[in-house]
Amino acid sequence: MKNKYSIFSLIKNAFSYHENWQKAWKDSQPKKEYDAVIVGGGGHGLATAYYLAKKHNMKNIAVVEKGWIGGGNTGRNTTIIRSNYLWDASAGLYDHALKIWEGLSQELNYNVMFSQRGVMNLAHNLQDVRDLKRRTHANRLNGIDAVYLNTEEVKKFCPIINTSPDIRYPVLGGTLQRRAGTARHDAVAWGYARGADDMGVDIIQNCEVKGIKRNSDSVEGIETTKGFIKTNKVGVVAAGHSSVIANMAGLRLPLESKPLQALVSEPVKPIIDTVVMSNAVHAYVSQSDKGELVIGAGTDDYVSYSQKGSHQIVEGTLNAILELYPIFSRMRMLRQWGGIVDICPDASPILSKTSVKGLYFNCGWGTGGFKATPGSGDLFAHTIANDEPHKLNAAFNLNRFVSGDLVDEHGAAAVAH
Amino acid sequence: MFVINCPYCGERDQQEFKAGGEAHIERPKQPTELSDDEWAEYLFMRKNIKGVQFERWNHAHGCRKWFNMVRDTSNDEIKLVYKMGEKPPLE
Repeated sequence: MKNKYSIFSLIKNAFSYHENWQKAWKDSQPKKEYDAVIVGGGGHGLATAYYLAKKHNMKNIAVVEKGWIGGGNTGRNTTIIRSNYLWDASAGLYDHALKIWEGLSQELNYNVMFSQRGVMNLAHNLQDVRDLKRRTHANRLNGIDAVYLNTEEVKKFCPIINTSPDIRYPVLGGTLQRRAGTARHDAVAWGYARGADDMGVDIIQNCEVKGIKRNSDSVEGIETTKGFIKTNKVGVVAAGHSSVIANMAGLRLPLESKPLQALVSEPVKPIIDTVVMSNAVHAYVSQSDKGELVIGAGTDDYVSYSQKGSHQIVEGTLNAILELYPIFSRMRMLRQWGGIVDICPDASPILSKTSVKGLYFNCGWGTGGFKATPGSGDLFAHTIANDEPHKLNAAFNLNRFVSGDLVDEHGAAAVAH
Repeated sequence: MFVINCPYCGERDQQEFKAGGEAHIERPKQPTELSDDEWAEYLFMRKNIKGVQFERWNHAHGCRKWFNMVRDTSNDEIKLVYKMGEKPPLE
C-alpha cells in the first residue's frame, strides 16, 4: 500500500503539522471503457469494487456515484451490525459479513471502529418471548452466538432500562448477540474507497447515470452526466434508487422505496454501552463515541424519494424511548434525517443476475443493509466476476419471486421492517 | 405532505391515512390460466416511480374508505385525489 497508516506515519506527519497526508483516493474522471462499472458509491458499491480488484483481479473497473461517496444510506444509518437472523440463508449471509467485520480494520489498514458491544433485542409480550426463544435456538444451530435473557438479566446487562411490570409494554425478556455491535459508517466507505483506489479502481463522484445501453440480451454501457462509458458488466448498488436504474434497462423490480428516519441527541457522558433494539415498540438506541444517543425510528408506509419522513413516526419512537428509558426524559434531540430504503416483499435482499446478460443488481436491503456491507460486497463481486452467484447468495436471486422460494424475514428477523 | 384531502371527508391530518401502494393494478381475470412469471408480475413487481405516481390510500382513522391519489414521490406533493372506480386522469 502506497501510504500505510501506522504509529510511525502518524509521528512522521506530525512534524509537518499533518498538512502533507496523501489523499486517500484520487479524483478520477471516466475512461472510455471498463471491464466492469459499479453504479453507486456507498459502502456496498465500494466494497464490491474492492473485492472485484482484490479477489478476482479485475482492476480496470470504476465506481460511479451521483453525489459524493458514502453520502446516501451509508452515511444515514444507525450503524448496527448483527447476524441473528432466523432463516438459514439469512444466517449464512449476515454471519459471513460479521466474520469479515471482525478483521476489517486490519485488512483495510483503516480504523472502521468496529465495536462488538453486543446487540440486545427486547420481548414485550408472550408471542415476542416465543419468537425470540425460537430465533435464539435457530441462531445457535447455525453457529451464531445467541442467548436468551430473562427480565432480571436484561436489567443487569443494561441497567437504565425500565423493567417495571406496570409500563405499557413491559420487558419480559430479550436476546443478546455479544459479537454484534456498531462501526463507524463513514469510515467503512472511506476505507473501502482507499483500498479500491490503491488497486487501480477509478472512483468517479458527481457522475449520475442517465441511461443503460443494452441490446436485446446484454449490456453495452451506461450513459452518465460525464458521457458514455462502454462496459459489458454493470453492477447496480443504488439502494433506494434501484427501481429507477432498473427502469432505464427496461426491467421491473419487486421493490418499494420508503423513507426511514433516524435521529441523534446532544452528546452526553457514557450511559449505554450496548445496542438495545425493541421490535414491538420500534425503538433502537445506542451511543456513539461522541456521546450522542443514536436512535433509529421506523419507515413510513408510502413510496417517497424525498429523504424526508413523517413527524408522527419520530414522535412514536421517542414515546417508546421515554417509556423504556425514563432517564432520557430531558434529553434534547440534535439532528433528525431520513434516507430512502428499498424494501422487498420478503424483507430480504436481492444479490442477483438479471434477464439482461452483464446486468447485476444488489438491492432490497431495506432497513438493514449497513451490517452486511463487507459480505454483500464480497458476494456481489463473486457474482459479477463469475457470472454465477456464490452459494451464500444463491437464495437471494430475483427468480425467487417467480418460484415462490422467498426468504421471509418479515418479523422473523430480530426487527420489524 | 401534512394534510390529505379525503374525497369524502375533506382535509384531514396525514396521520389518519394509510398508504395502500400502487393503484390500478388489475386483478387477473383468469387466475388459473396464469404462468408463474405472470403471477410474480402481479403480486410483487412494482413501478416504484420517482416522480408522479398513482396510488391507493385509505382514510383508516376516518371514514375508512379507499380512494386514489396522484402524488409526486420526489417531493411528496399531492397533485390530485379521486374516488375509487373513477378513471385515472391522463397526464
